[in-house]
Amino acid sequence: MSADSRAWPTGRRRAILQGAWRTLGPRLKGLVLPVTLLATLEVAARLGWVPAYQMPAPSEVLLTLGELADGPLWKHIGASLARVALGFAIGAGLALVFAVWVGLSREAERYLEPTFAALRAIPSLAWVPLLLLWLGIDERSKVVLIAIGAFFPVYLNGVAAIRGIDRKLVEVGHLYGFGALRLTRRILLPAALPGLFTGLRSGLALAWMFLVAAELIAATRGLGYLLSDGRETSRPDLVLAAIVVLALLGKLSDGLLAGLERRCLGWRDTLGEQQGEVRS
Amino acid sequence: MNDVLLDVRVVHKRYAGATVLRDIHLRLQRGERVSLLGPSGCGKSTLLRIAAGLERQFDGELQRASPDQASVAFVFQEPRLMPWLTVAQNIGFADGAACDRQRVDILIAEVGLDGFAEALPKRLSGGMAQRAAIARALYGRPALLLLDEPFSAVDAFTRMKLQDLLLDLAQRHHIALLLVTHDVDEALYLGDRVLVMENRPSRIRHSLGVDLSQPRDRRDPRLAALKAEALTALHEAHVI
Ligand SMILES: Nc1ncnc2c1ncn2[C@@H]1O[C@H](COP(=O)(O)OP(=O)(O)OP(=O)(O)O)[C@@H](O)[C@H]1O
Ligand SMILES: [Mg+2]
Repeated sequence: MSADSRAWPTGRRRAILQGAWRTLGPRLKGLVLPVTLLATLEVAARLGWVPAYQMPAPSEVLLTLGELADGPLWKHIGASLARVALGFAIGAGLALVFAVWVGLSREAERYLEPTFAALRAIPSLAWVPLLLLWLGIDERSKVVLIAIGAFFPVYLNGVAAIRGIDRKLVEVGHLYGFGALRLTRRILLPAALPGLFTGLRSGLALAWMFLVAAELIAATRGLGYLLSDGRETSRPDLVLAAIVVLALLGKLSDGLLAGLERRCLGWRDTLGEQQGEVRS
Repeated sequence: MNDVLLDVRVVHKRYAGATVLRDIHLRLQRGERVSLLGPSGCGKSTLLRIAAGLERQFDGELQRASPDQASVAFVFQEPRLMPWLTVAQNIGFADGAACDRQRVDILIAEVGLDGFAEALPKRLSGGMAQRAAIARALYGRPALLLLDEPFSAVDAFTRMKLQDLLLDLAQRHHIALLLVTHDVDEALYLGDRVLVMENRPSRIRHSLGVDLSQPRDRRDPRLAALKAEALTALHEAHVI
């Protein structure tokens, strides 16, 4: 093939283009649907098929986003990020501690598991009025709500991950006479790490969800506030701009965790670890 | 009993009411190699786990020359390497980050895994992984190595190579072996003594001495004669 392409420059150029298409093509395929949708919306809004007070043109939203970026956007992003970070850290941290405890000790499970099961049965948003009554409408109630939201996915996945650890690997630790602490650090934690990451990532997603809930109800800053402000002032462009920013932040924070996961879990011998070799 | 490494007496070992082992007395001298044959489910693995100190609930007693856990090592049927650690880290697993890297490198060379020190277990073949597991067992300089069907998952040629490797290492480091196997040839080739267990309740039915010096020749007619004897013993113990 190389001899061919040297003899035929045009054929070679085509080969390069084909190669580029082979690597870029699959990615571009994912863009087909959203680009078509956005173009249709743009045209529909420009031609007045949909009323502008309900659905602004995508370019309109982009302009609003630009305006916000020159002004209060960063303040809102900062407020929301701080709440999510704090709430997630508290919720996920507590969840990890309890997951390790319940996962390792039958006794702890007997004491704690029924309570957690009962608490889990409560839809977490039902806590909102109580939190407002107890903690007021300031930062504390929001952070606590986010922590509650992040807690259960991390806890559940953590317990399942620890229970699912291969007993045969644990036995190797027993063979070396490892105590509880060394066993946990050297075998249990690394073996449970894949499941823990799954929990952390779904916990983070829920943290963002509960952030919006908390800020929709009572806030003077934050992306959720931007959402409700847009509704009250009948500005769908503002609402859509906030949604876009939330999506970007959610994706970005999940991407951070995913990157960390890839770095920590490169040892896994799974289908997902050899992308492109088997799945194509 | 100055040179006795291991002395296990099992009066009774029950699992959920069913007696698995009864009246077993097993004794190993320093540097001795003993093979254990028996029907599936008769309790060979259980006996080995008792000897390793992994199984503590039984009637009887376990005496070892040294109470130190490191003096006994175990090779399981599967390699049981930690998938998140490299080969070198797995071999020095007992000491973690503080492991003796020089000793690890020597062991890697001895089991023929040169160039794979930094490889993850997922990159190893079955035989290579089992060699890494053997190196990990040897890392703590054990006086006794317990092996539970260690080569049953590898092909016949790899198995012969691993047997020779094991013999060589046992000789060089002066390690006693207690090996559970389903392979009569393997039992005779490796053991100074072959014990045959019978089923339910399991006892040691026969003890067959193999008075051939190491290294042995697999084609040795005396091994063939012993094999006939062993097969008769297995027949009497209702294994076959
Ligand atoms: N954890 C356990 N709980 C209950 N019963 C068990 C347990 N482990 C083993 N047994 C029973 O004890 C008996 C002996 O098991 P063991 O694994 O020691 O047999 P084995 O001789 O090693 O068999 P194989 O040659 O197939 O490996 C079996 O009948 C098994 O059902
Ligand atoms: Mg067994």
